[in-house]
Amino acid sequence: MGAISGMVGARIKRREDPRLITGNASYTDDFKFVNMSYAHFLRSDYAHARIKSIDTSAAKKHPGVLAVLTGEDLKGKAGEMVAVPFGANCIIPPHSAITSDKVRYVGEVVAVVIADDRATARDASELISVEYEELPAVVDIEEAAKGLPALVHDGIPNNIGATLEFGDAAKTKEAFANAEVIVEQRFNNQRLAPSPMEGRGCVAVWQKGEDALTLYTSTQIPHYTRTFLALTLSIPEHQVRVVAPEVGGGFGAKLNYYPEELVCAYAARKLGRPVKWSETRSESLASMIHGRGQIDYVRIAANKDGTILGIDITAYQDIGAYYQVLTACISALTGLMATGAYDMPAAYFKVYNVITNKVSTDAYRGAGRPEATYFIERIVTLLANELGMDQAEIRRKNFIPKEKFPFATPVGLTYDSGDYDIALDKALEMFDYANMQKMAADARANGRYVGIGMSSYSEVCGMGPSKGMFTSGGWESATLRFEKTGKATVFSGASPHGQGQETSFAQMVATEFGLDYNDVIVKHGDTGNTSYGLGTYGSRGTAVGGAALAMAIETVKEKARKIAASMLEASEEDVVFDTGKYTVKGAAGGKSVTIQEVVFRAYVNPFDGIEPGLESTRFFEPTNFTFPFGTHICAVEIDADTGEVKFLKYVAVDDVGNQINPLLVEGQVHGGLAQGIAQALYEEVVYDSDGQLVTGTLMDYTVPNATELPHFELGSTCTPSPVNPMGVKGVGEAGTIASTPCVVNALMDALINTGIKDIDMPLRPEKLWRAIHGK
Amino acid sequence: MKRTITLTVNGTTYTRDVEPRTLLVHFLREELALTGTHIGCDTSQCGACTVLLNGNSIKSCTAFAVQADGGEITTIEGLAAEDGKLHPLQEGFWEEHGLQCGYCTPGMILSSEQLLQRNPNPSEEEIRKGIEGNLCRCTGYQNIVKAVQHAAKNSAAKA
Ligand code: FES
Ligand code: FES
Repeated sequence: MGAISGMVGARIKRREDPRLITGNASYTDDFKFVNMSYAHFLRSDYAHARIKSIDTSAAKKHPGVLAVLTGEDLKGKAGEMVAVPFGANCIIPPHSAITSDKVRYVGEVVAVVIADDRATARDASELISVEYEELPAVVDIEEAAKGLPALVHDGIPNNIGATLEFGDAAKTKEAFANAEVIVEQRFNNQRLAPSPMEGRGCVAVWQKGEDALTLYTSTQIPHYTRTFLALTLSIPEHQVRVVAPEVGGGFGAKLNYYPEELVCAYAARKLGRPVKWSETRSESLASMIHGRGQIDYVRIAANKDGTILGIDITAYQDIGAYYQVLTACISALTGLMATGAYDMPAAYFKVYNVITNKVSTDAYRGAGRPEATYFIERIVTLLANELGMDQAEIRRKNFIPKEKFPFATPVGLTYDSGDYDIALDKALEMFDYANMQKMAADARANGRYVGIGMSSYSEVCGMGPSKGMFTSGGWESATLRFEKTGKATVFSGASPHGQGQETSFAQMVATEFGLDYNDVIVKHGDTGNTSYGLGTYGSRGTAVGGAALAMAIETVKEKARKIAASMLEASEEDVVFDTGKYTVKGAAGGKSVTIQEVVFRAYVNPFDGIEPGLESTRFFEPTNFTFPFGTHICAVEIDADTGEVKFLKYVAVDDVGNQINPLLVEGQVHGGLAQGIAQALYEEVVYDSDGQLVTGTLMDYTVPNATELPHFELGSTCTPSPVNPMGVKGVGEAGTIASTPCVVNALMDALINTGIKDIDMPLRPEKLWRAIHGK
Repeated sequence: MKRTITLTVNGTTYTRDVEPRTLLVHFLREELALTGTHIGCDTSQCGACTVLLNGNSIKSCTAFAVQADGGEITTIEGLAAEDGKLHPLQEGFWEEHGLQCGYCTPGMILSSEQLLQRNPNPSEEEIRKGIEGNLCRCTGYQNIVKAVQHAAKNSAAKA
């Protein structure tokens, strides 16, 4: 397949926006159906307790209540939740949508009330009495890995749900034996709450006459959700339709199948009435998956000249009480990216997936790669400090050189393409590195706390190919259909939720066929009208979904040319297509037909044995992942009196391959930066020693606001990916992945005279103030 | 025990019987089907539910519908002109890519409207301060700041 040209580069504003800025977009909670009822979930207040009894009788009698269901009611009727296993010794404990024997985290569903309206369901749930026998809560990850103070699931010894290893232990040991310098540090990558502004929610509609279910749900993966519903409720899959209407942010957290979706669907069928559920923020913080939650013991071996010889990591991943869909795979992504942007002969990563009495962790904004990038970018800076080297120089010295791509890493991946020096150079130039360094040194000499940090990352995205994602598949589908009147409709299996593919995909089709951009629309997020698609996550929307569309475009173009040739009475090879018209090569001033004429012909009177119609559905399977990269540099100042952090400058240079719409790329980077910086400075899910969720509302969990984030200066370089026809790499996670270590490196640089090597994130003012004042 | 309230929303007057505990945001969304006003939290932190009540921006999740009795409300649906011409802030958000998933956007726009009413030519810092009660998880705020600046410039040009 040849490269698709001409579709790259225009900053077109989004066609999604008019409906969103006028209040005319429909999110899940905006749907209303005749006879609709509401579900309210009763959740556990305890982290770990045995359920001795549940009395639902008073709730059942409450006026307006249609049903009260417990785990017992679902037994044998609705299957267990779904989780993908990963790792040789992976044990997936049973996970019922409604628990019946034990509760294992605060927020776990114990019962559900379905009532005529929202308030009634809520009122009635307060009439349910549950008798608990409290058990010791398993909270600390490292203690948990010793089986202390209890076991979360009987069948999982030492609470270790799996142990994964990447790289070569023996070779790494040898590298350390030969090293001139060894630097080691423990890093804590705290739990984060994804907090999309729209929480989860769904409306389940049972169509009696058809024995069919439609579930409107705020999800990133409508097709998977359909499959999971079919499997767990024993409804034939083609009798299930899942619609993801407008989705108010997902960030990986809506790449999941949740108990509430299963229960609402079950109840809708049982009651024959539509059932709606909308998550509150406090429910969301307690029961939507969390991200991160990893402790890493990291050692790096090097020569005195800064050459890295190897890295060795022992990690503990906090799984939470159950595995959600991809939980088991997330720490693997950390292992696979453990060597970052560097060429080193040896690496070894071992992770314990540890079960605790907390809500599950799973894919969240970068999923596994932020953890890897954090520890490697922090330890490389610590190594530079140890050796008295410049932090840019140590990076440059160890970068995988451009000639070595495709590059096989010691932990088992093959990076597609890269040129790490150009991104670093550009970032240094934009940042005015030498002058800024001098400024920082002068400021520090004057008793101020100014520091410069950087991070040079490489990440894996464009999730495919299937051989690398054997449990889920890694392809994507797209349909391009010309309508009889010359309009075009794209149906994408990817399910964007803010990424803007309604615009960029329309751009591709309009450019390729010389159509007015407004004559192309893009549909997605409805299993009723799209071919099976894997959804939007891991920056795969364009890198995989866009590539499928590129294939469909090619197929349609070929057929259109055949029809045009027939209309022009020329041979196919002589027909050329340019700016919306087919003409005969060399026949100056000769006959031409427009694409619209060709389309009309395709439907009303195709010639010469040509199959009528003009549409194509194609599935794209990439040959490899993609590996975006870049360098971020920032300068910060800590206010010695308050510990508050002020950004003096933030420069991000990202190489995401070709860009279809740079406006959208910038938007994605901005959003990612906000999350990455927030992890460094503000955000943290806190459970106390009893497993109570301390950060249960947005009053306690700090989602940063506009005053807490800086202005970003963005730059880009372009190293196309060879694994898809468009040369795109994907951008959704770049900002998040790179910025956290960049900011922490800068803060630790500002504190360099304190002798403190690391402070656990988030680096809130109090911690920084204490570091400065030695308290 | 329901109470009868009358209020004007986006120029239309409605009289309805409501339960005293009905929140204004639920009234707007469920009674009047004005679903452009969103709910993002339960502690008045996120601003997704921001509307104008008698010209002042309020978080409609923190007011009861009965408290708005007799008042005039503007929601996102009432911001564009009758002929569909977008409000300068709506133009700004579109032009500057000030939204991604769009969930926070109606609230952001209404908070910004209040800000511009009070300060037609705000600095970047003043804009950031002005929207500090509205959370966005997608945009990193930078393009929202640009969107407000765009609107300020355009409104000034017209005045
Ligand atoms: S919903 Fe009103 S402030 Fe969050
Ligand atoms: S655009 Fe998604 S929360 Fe603001």
